[in-house]
Amino acid sequence: MSEVKYSKEHEWIKLDGDVAIIGITKHATEMLGDIVFAELPEKGSSVEKDGTAGVVESTKAASDVYTPVSGEVVDTNQAIVDDPSKINEDPEGSAWFFKLKMKDQSEMDSLMNKEEYDKFAKESAS
Amino acid sequence: METKKTSLYKLHQDNKARFVEFAGYLMPIQYSEGIVEEHKFTRSHSGIFDVSHMGQLFIYGDDDLIVDLEKIFPLNLKELKLNHSKYSFLMNNDAGIYDDLIITKIEKGFLIILNAACKENDFKILSEILENKYKMVLDEKRSLIAIQGPKSVKILDDIVNGVEGLSFMSGNWFTFEDQKIYVTRSGYTGEDGFEISLLNDQADKFTKKLIENGAKLIGLGARDTLRLEAGLCLYGHELDKDKTPVEANLKWAISKDRVSKGNFIGSYTINKQLNDGVSKIRVGIKPEGRVIAREKTKIFNQSDSHIGEITSGTFGPSVNGPVAMGYVENEFSKKDTKVFLEVRGKKYPANICGLPFYKKSYVKGANK
Repeated sequence: MSEVKYSKEHEWIKLDGDVAIIGITKHATEMLGDIVFAELPEKGSSVEKDGTAGVVESTKAASDVYTPVSGEVVDTNQAIVDDPSKINEDPEGSAWFFKLKMKDQSEMDSLMNKEEYDKFAKESAS
Repeated sequence: METKKTSLYKLHQDNKARFVEFAGYLMPIQYSEGIVEEHKFTRSHSGIFDVSHMGQLFIYGDDDLIVDLEKIFPLNLKELKLNHSKYSFLMNNDAGIYDDLIITKIEKGFLIILNAACKENDFKILSEILENKYKMVLDEKRSLIAIQGPKSVKILDDIVNGVEGLSFMSGNWFTFEDQKIYVTRSGYTGEDGFEISLLNDQADKFTKKLIENGAKLIGLGARDTLRLEAGLCLYGHELDKDKTPVEANLKWAISKDRVSKGNFIGSYTINKQLNDGVSKIRVGIKPEGRVIAREKTKIFNQSDSHIGEITSGTFGPSVNGPVAMGYVENEFSKKDTKVFLEVRGKKYPANICGLPFYKKSYVKGANK
């Protein structure tokens, strides 16, 4: 598997062949607080880079989830819809959101690596 | 205007509070454990709420004051016993609500607890109506701390001996380190609990004692989920100048014989609405799935007509699902009426339901 990359909207993405696995970062969950609702894109639908591809809600507010790359949704994680608290527990592991068959792998190039993202997250939090 | 801080600000900071500006005050929205944990802790143990931003209005006077206040509040104040409290409203001539409040008979007058965002305006309105005949103090020297949840009685009684004997919606003066504190058995969470009015310079020490005895600080975030599960109104959401107590489904708080006599501000409208009914009314709304319908969400009936709006909606941690309150046209207000909520362009099924969502466990009588 490839290196994990990060978006400015606080999504993480990793590649498994030509399939991208996408979720939200630990930093995002800490900012949101307790997540109590998750909505995912439909399997088979197409999503465009930087477009909305779901919603998460905390007790306080709703936030859109964006996709950092374009592609076709090939799988979604029903477990986090059934129990959204899983997102707080393991955001960068078992609580992935959806899997995409990527259209253009070069879209990965503009995303941040871990070091860059940690710096970005720290700056955007302060 | 500069943001105000309560006497517990430093204690909030030390407990890693995340702050939010609320009604001109910098208040804790949550602490490190988060809203859901704070909510559950209050229901199972005991939560401490800094509500010092709320107004504590002391009005002093004798029988004339009672007569004058009865021209304002739809209550039988002549019969209100010393140290007993009532929930009521400050209304305009059309019975629109300026504020909802708790009024307590104390020696030589009344103590009225007002919402933070309304207190200055309330003071102005009351001063005008009462024509400055009485001494009125919106006391900034006192803090107000609530302790709520099943363990609260034991925790507080260990510090302030005797509070255990208070019945729901009554209070009394007690002492804490040689200073007078006023304690009422009341609250805003659907749990048994108390509100304590004490001097600002005692607030920090007093609260630390509560924490030492096992209570935890709880933020405004959980206060909102707790009160919503308990079906309680929040001013600026369920209540405002365009809504009356009858529309808010709070007619239980209006004294019946006061309505028949009709000599208080707003009584014409109240009387008319009690007799003729209202066109819109506050209801509980339970979405069928997990989707959360927040404030301003539109409500539709089964034939897709717009029939109302959500005024508060969130996830209820004790209900373990979404809960909401809102106003609907009266004919759709019956329990179990199916409605639809428009969230992000999609319509989701929901049902009108009774309140509260979470059953109260207030103490009714005194256990002496």
